[in-house]
Amino acid sequence: MRRLSVTILLSLMTLGIFAQEDLMNIVNQSTPNEINYTTATFKSTRVMNGHSIERMQTGQLDVRISHRFETLNSGGYNFFGLDISYIHLGLEYGITNWLMIGVGRTEIDKTFDGFAKFSILRQSTGAKEMPVSVSAVTSVALKTLKFPDQNPTNYFTSRLAYVAQILVARKISEGFSVQLTPSYVHRNLVATELDPNDIFALGAGARLKLSKRVSLNGEYYYIANPKTYLSQQVYNPLSVGFDIETGGHVFQLFFTNSRGAIEKQFIGETTGSWKKGDIHFGFNISRVFTLKKHLKSSNY
Amino acid sequence: MKRLFLLAFFLNIVFAVNGQKYMTKNGFIGFYSHTPMEDIKADNNQVVGVLDISTGEMVFQALIKSFHFDRALMEEHFNENYMESEKFPKSLFKGKITNLASVDFSKTGTYDVTVEGDLTIRDVTNKISTKGTIEVVNGGINANSKFNIVPEDYKITIPGVVRDKFDKSMAVTVTMKYTPIANK
Repeated sequence: MRRLSVTILLSLMTLGIFAQEDLMNIVNQSTPNEINYTTATFKSTRVMNGHSIERMQTGQLDVRISHRFETLNSGGYNFFGLDISYIHLGLEYGITNWLMIGVGRTEIDKTFDGFAKFSILRQSTGAKEMPVSVSAVTSVALKTLKFPDQNPTNYFTSRLAYVAQILVARKISEGFSVQLTPSYVHRNLVATELDPNDIFALGAGARLKLSKRVSLNGEYYYIANPKTYLSQQVYNPLSVGFDIETGGHVFQLFFTNSRGAIEKQFIGETTGSWKKGDIHFGFNISRVFTLKKHLKSSNY
Repeated sequence: MKRLFLLAFFLNIVFAVNGQKYMTKNGFIGFYSHTPMEDIKADNNQVVGVLDISTGEMVFQALIKSFHFDRALMEEHFNENYMESEKFPKSLFKGKITNLASVDFSKTGTYDVTVEGDLTIRDVTNKISTKGTIEVVNGGINANSKFNIVPEDYKITIPGVVRDKFDKSMAVTVTMKYTPIANK
């Protein structure tokens, strides 16, 4: 009789322990295995000068104001370059979750530019594994500066330049991301016969998060075309600086050897050299506005 | 000896059948904060919840990335800066109905209950106690509750610059529509 009661008691006790564990097991088995898309590979749609794989979501407008000052080696009289600045203004908008467009204007050569950025692949873990995010950018730049020589017939098409880029990025860890950007620039009209109309370059960018809202970014474009026998000496653009995010703004503060803020200008028209001290302080201010509110679904 | 084992075995089965469990994979948890500066509102419709009516025990688990906002930028900041959802992907509640005896699960109707348990967000666990209602309907059980949580209690840091955009505490609403789990 005693053995019976002990057995019953033991059975009931083990049942009690299993109850809570049982509930947790049911919950864990039922939690859906979703696709976990990587977010915030970079804090903004630009690494520094060049595009990053980040995009504007549907209905989001990015107002961008960029300054590139003159070179630090202009001396104290010119306040180390801060006296003169080249401005780029841009408006960028997310049409769908995978397509973003932008228009802008640069002071240099009075250039208007427009671009479209397509998000092709997104890095993800979970139900679907994708090691990298891939995007494509195509842009057009229109120089509106009056032709210096009115004698020969000047064509409208001479003002145009085109850029095509593929962006491949990976968020390696929460704090570190890298991106490779093979780029092609085509300029319809160049200064002399010696200058190439087609430029091939490979860009590399990286960002290291220093805190939740501040990161250290670097960007370098290696231009594959020979740099000898050109009408003017060009250098590979290199930029290093910080991204600071505060609520709806992202401030990008950096040093670069390029005066231009658009691809056509900094890839192939950078005439400054870091070694010679042709270093410009520059910044981008990005402010995002949500024009269209939407319930973003977890399915892409 | 064999008869004793057989008896213990059958007793286990009898008790297992009586431990009726209910579950949902689309439970709702939403939170809301209102200030003159800004309204913050998010919905999660993919909460997994289990309720054992014989013991009054309940467990729910919500994936942080399944909380959706109407502004994509707000959702990104929520995950990246405030919740760090890569580090802490889930939030969990494990608790029980303290006045289980006052609920008759076999009769349809609405019953007021008090639920106590542990709420874990960002690996920080706090005991919470809240009032709610259990509604027994045909084919299921609906559970509702509203309570407040203070972000700082879960080590969610809100910078001083933007503190005025958030209310002191977030109003959380839980609505679970349970259906019975078929016994194995």
